[in-house]
Amino acid sequence: MSSTFDTVANIIAETCDIPRDTITPESHAIDDLGIDSLDFLDIAFAIDKAFGIKLPLEQWTQEVNDGKATTEQYFVLKNLCARIDELVAAKSA
Amino acid sequence: MRPEVFKMIDRVVTIDPSLDTIHCQGLVPQESSIFEGHFPGHPIMPGVLLIEAMAQTTGWLVLARNRFERMPFLASVKEAKLRTFVLPGANLDLYSRIEHEGSGYVVAKTEAKLDGKQICSADLSFRVLPWPEGKMKAVVLKVAEHVSFPLADYADA
Repeated sequence: MSSTFDTVANIIAETCDIPRDTITPESHAIDDLGIDSLDFLDIAFAIDKAFGIKLPLEQWTQEVNDGKATTEQYFVLKNLCARIDELVAAKSA
Repeated sequence: MRPEVFKMIDRVVTIDPSLDTIHCQGLVPQESSIFEGHFPGHPIMPGVLLIEAMAQTTGWLVLARNRFERMPFLASVKEAKLRTFVLPGANLDLYSRIEHEGSGYVVAKTEAKLDGKQICSADLSFRVLPWPEGKMKAVVLKVAEHVSFPLADYADA
């Protein structure tokens, strides 16, 4: 997870001009880092490319809107990185 | 092309079978109300409308990819370069290549050429969303016929 986190944090820092040292595994991308949905598209694009995956953003958004999941499950960075690791593992399985 | 009503594409020329690239054409009209203000006595195609033309080109490709199930909406414009003045009568060749299709969004590289020479380019991204309520999808399908979009190949009956 640590290398995944480093990659994701670097992407966020570069994409959103956020100081890298303020981004931690506990950071909530929306609530703590103030990333909006348009910036998150850029981040998703960079993550998709970096890891060769397709973040299921629409599914996640739907689950949050339906009350089946919380934003913390997907947008706290340690959780986001865990999802990325799962997607990478599923792809290579 | 009728830029005053945002009809920027005259014809879909080709969509490659892999649905990665598209080529469209648009003829900048000799006269348009756009030129009354841009600029008086010195008509030049506005750069924002050239970007719109590249966006619409990409839009047709995205519609082909999802068989008109969802509608692309322009979300960001990056690295836009407007290299030369585009004058009335210019017959533009517009190209787009999908760089990435994610979950609910698309990123594309686009360009326009005049007589084979690139005159503008941009990296565009789009949100791809369900059609809005109302007649929008029907109108877009009608426009598709007018621009020779290959509906038989890329739209469900």
